[in-house]
Amino acid sequence: MTKFTFTEKKDTRSGFGVGLHELGKKNPNVVGLCADLTGSLKMDAFKKDFPERFFQVGIAEANMMGIAAGMTIGGKIPFTGTFANFSTGRVYDQIRQSIAYSDKNVKICASHAGLTLGEDGATHQILEDIGMMRMLPGMTVIVPCDYNQTRLATIALGEHVGPAYLRFGRPSWPIFTAPDRPFTIGKADKMIEGKDVTIFACGHLVWNAIEAEAKLTERGISAEVINIHTIKPLDVEAILASVQKTGCAVTCEEHQINGGLGDCVAQVLARFNPAPVEMVAVNDSFGESGTPTQLLKKYGLGPENIIEAVDKVLKRKKKG
Amino acid sequence: MSQQPDFDRLKKLASQIRRDIVRMVHACQSGHPGGSLGCTEYFVALYFHIMKHDPKFNMDGKGEDLCFLSNGHISPVWYATLARAGYFDPKELSTFRFINSRLQGHPATHEHLPGIRVASGSLGQGLSVSIGAAQTKKLNNDDRFVYVLMGDGEQQEGQVWEAAMYAPHHKIDNLIATIDVNGQQIDGPTEKIMSLLDLKAKWEAFGWIVQAFDGNKIEEVVKGLENAQKLAKKGKPVMNLMKTEMGYGVDYMMGSHKWHGVAPNDEELKKALAQLPETLGDY
Ligand SMILES: Cc1ncc(C[n+]2csc(CCOP(=O)(O)OP(=O)(O)O)c2C)c(N)n1
Repeated sequence: MTKFTFTEKKDTRSGFGVGLHELGKKNPNVVGLCADLTGSLKMDAFKKDFPERFFQVGIAEANMMGIAAGMTIGGKIPFTGTFANFSTGRVYDQIRQSIAYSDKNVKICASHAGLTLGEDGATHQILEDIGMMRMLPGMTVIVPCDYNQTRLATIALGEHVGPAYLRFGRPSWPIFTAPDRPFTIGKADKMIEGKDVTIFACGHLVWNAIEAEAKLTERGISAEVINIHTIKPLDVEAILASVQKTGCAVTCEEHQINGGLGDCVAQVLARFNPAPVEMVAVNDSFGESGTPTQLLKKYGLGPENIIEAVDKVLKRKKKG
Repeated sequence: MSQQPDFDRLKKLASQIRRDIVRMVHACQSGHPGGSLGCTEYFVALYFHIMKHDPKFNMDGKGEDLCFLSNGHISPVWYATLARAGYFDPKELSTFRFINSRLQGHPATHEHLPGIRVASGSLGQGLSVSIGAAQTKKLNNDDRFVYVLMGDGEQQEGQVWEAAMYAPHHKIDNLIATIDVNGQQIDGPTEKIMSLLDLKAKWEAFGWIVQAFDGNKIEEVVKGLENAQKLAKKGKPVMNLMKTEMGYGVDYMMGSHKWHGVAPNDEELKKALAQLPETLGDY
């Protein structure tokens, strides 16, 4: 299998910006809406080349969600852009009624998710959004791992029909997947094959999982790394097949321990094939100001925390 | 439509739809008769004279006028109107709010009821949605109108004012919005619960063209909506302040907020029906 390394770093939001611009060229029905964060969301290229299909909403996220829902009537495919906090918590009821329950083809695109937006602090660091969005019936939830995959996910959403949430981030991050690596919504991406433990990760933490895997290999532990870029619909088969082989799992996400990827995996295993699970996630607390690296370390989301979780789960597996 | 309306027919429709409303809420012993009865002329005027629309419903409604109901709790009047306009068999009105019905307590698309394009019930969202639909009509070079109705109590929702700001800024001039100004909401008169003060001045200050008319005189409603079409397409959205009486047409339901969301009992139903001639046959 491929060895994952990187030569370049870029923010995942830029992958969204490029993907949206490509979609704009391909599909005249794609429209963009933004709530006074065009630069932060990297929507400027789309705005520049398709001004008649770009709508500045001002600082009014609830209105933006409603307008997006309405624009689908008559065949437009709206992509809304704002920070993850204001894309979800701020407008949950609007999304619930006007988009999800009404089955509208709106793509909710959310940047600055998780701790790694850094210095702005906890008011902006949403760590509950995956949980909120995956609880909505019919909502597709995608959390890509790097610049290239965010671009591919954005383009895939142009073809996908139905409400969807796309979560990405602010910091410069290793680009470790190939620009043409296959990406299919709902299909887990096995990055590294292994036999002792399965590490399930999403978003930025896929890279941390890959780093952890290299160190585990040095210690003679064979870890399988699976990128669950689509939280919903969840690739249940891939999860069960892997854990059937390895017998235990570690989940990694830049999200609360409640409601996110860890809960998804634990639910599948508890229902269909009980196995020990350890979770690398924020432990029921708010974040704070700091650099992304400092924050990932302080809140226990680094490669060293993944290794610790692997050691723990392996011990539990043996006992079992 | 420009031909002279048959007001006699419209009045007969209104009477029948009012019967439908009180019978629907009576049957399930829940729902919102007050606002429904107050807005009956509005729906009759829209669906039987003003709008170009096709009861063979399709979601996109290209080349048609679109109707949205933001104050979704007055679903009985919309359902009864849609049924009488041929969107579905009036017999289905008997399923309102019962299990396995397409006629949900509040309007929904989930059960694919013809005529409904978005769910509503959580107040404050419909104006935004209708702005989006109007914007798509512009992008599609579709010159038909989008109509949306809101409640006056609903004006207390902040999102309404986000939408109020957006529409003139983006020159959404194919949008004809209406507020049901009945002066009532659940807990009492709007001016006691949370004063709306001068709605005309407020909407004008936000950049809308505002007019007012009597919402319980069918002639006035038709005239008002026809005039709204003339005011539209000039760079600004249009707002109708439609004065109505909650519970209009049933004497004991009028004059207070009491019948906002209460169903009549058997006795009360009889009293109500005695005041509303059956004109097209009950479902
Ligand atoms: C967001 C939201 N908050 C509260 C309610 C509960 N509610 C339903 S109708 C209503 C009063 C609405 O008043 P108004 O818009 O004047 O309608 P009317 O009473 O005239 O029918 C309220 C508070 C709701 N449906 N949605």
